[in-house]
Amino acid sequence: MELFLQNFANIDSLLKVWPLLLQGLSLTLLLSVVALPLGLLSGLMVAMAYSFGNSPVRRLIIMLIDLLRSFPVLVLLVLIYYSLPFFGLALPGFAAVVLALVINNTGYYGEIFRAGIESVPRSQHEAAAALGFHRGSAMIYVILPQAVRRVIAPLASNSLELVKMTSLASLVALPELLRSARVAQEQTYNPTPLTAAAVIFFVLLWPFSRWVSQMEKKAIKERA
Amino acid sequence: MDQIVENYFNLAVMAEALPSVFAGFLVTIQVALCVIVIGIGVGLALALLRSLENPVLDPMITIYIEVFRTLPQLVIMIFVYFALPYAGIRLSPFFAVAIALGAVLSAFAAEIFWAAINALPKGQWEASSALSMSHWQCLKWIILPQAVRLATPLITNRAIAITKGTALGVAVSLQETLGSAQSIMAIKANPSPLTLAAGFYLLFFIPLVAASRKIEKRMAQTTS
Repeated sequence: MELFLQNFANIDSLLKVWPLLLQGLSLTLLLSVVALPLGLLSGLMVAMAYSFGNSPVRRLIIMLIDLLRSFPVLVLLVLIYYSLPFFGLALPGFAAVVLALVINNTGYYGEIFRAGIESVPRSQHEAAAALGFHRGSAMIYVILPQAVRRVIAPLASNSLELVKMTSLASLVALPELLRSARVAQEQTYNPTPLTAAAVIFFVLLWPFSRWVSQMEKKAIKERA
Repeated sequence: MDQIVENYFNLAVMAEALPSVFAGFLVTIQVALCVIVIGIGVGLALALLRSLENPVLDPMITIYIEVFRTLPQLVIMIFVYFALPYAGIRLSPFFAVAIALGAVLSAFAAEIFWAAINALPKGQWEASSALSMSHWQCLKWIILPQAVRLATPLITNRAIAITKGTALGVAVSLQETLGSAQSIMAIKANPSPLTLAAGFYLLFFIPLVAASRKIEKRMAQTTS
């Protein structure tokens, strides 16, 4: 037990690497804060294009969404980070990670928004048109507010996944929380920094994870 | 244009890379199957254990579910592979990935199965016990057939999303599709093997994503 604590919860090594972990945490938060709104926005654009498009456009968008959802985000990141330099287009790590996260989540958010917009009854569109709304303003003022409310649970769940995905940045040498913990582990020959990073991630994400889970339970109950 | 073909669709390089990327693809499929079997098997078992409402088991299951639902996959994988050896647990890259991702999927699956079991009206349990069915008989014949139907779309989506995480195996030097492609890319100084790897992933995941879309559609029709 003592040996276990010495390895996994070693106070000395924790104190030594704490500043490094905090720096990592701030980069994790920064990545999330930048990628999340961009992903939401581009997903929303794709869903809008779907709902204003004619049927070939719609089929094309469904194909695009499924393609994006089938592509592992790490493969995308490796393509962006390691293969674009062959064209002399070397993106810095931060930009590469944000780009990969945004492209990947465009598929997920796009599908969620699309499903939400589709679930709003036809009569709402007709009622808005009868009140003299343009198609665009009907979308913004009438359809979207209802659509978003219907898909709050999957939106929240996907946003949580996006934040968790920022840990992939560690694989392109970007010193976010996980990468900092690995570096610290190699400096101290001790896995305590990894335990600490896991605990930080848990404390940070658990409230959201609980909240998402409550909303998902409600959604299942409504379907039963 | 020539540059794109030269770098991304270089047939000579692709032909050379094919055997090892294909070998990697077989590893990806094997890990993916392990993850799905472990994840759904353990997840269902946990949900069933939870239905016993045992005061000792319940908190333990809850902690397991919360931890693995909340932590990023990569953090768990790195922890399993790089930190557990300090506790004398050494896993091969293959099992480290299968167990880490299996644990994540099992946590999500347990939560979804449990929510589905709970979403069914209490009257069904009461009616079964009035027919003198035991707890397990009721689960097996009455509750599970309905709960599994309710849970299927959510579990399929999670299973696909988590299985895509097998690409994270590169972080623990598993020679799966992405890892094999990356090593050849480094040797040949040409990213065409990555295109090949991306093709294999799409071959595997596009049918799954398309199938999950169908399942969702059918569920939406039968429940509304």
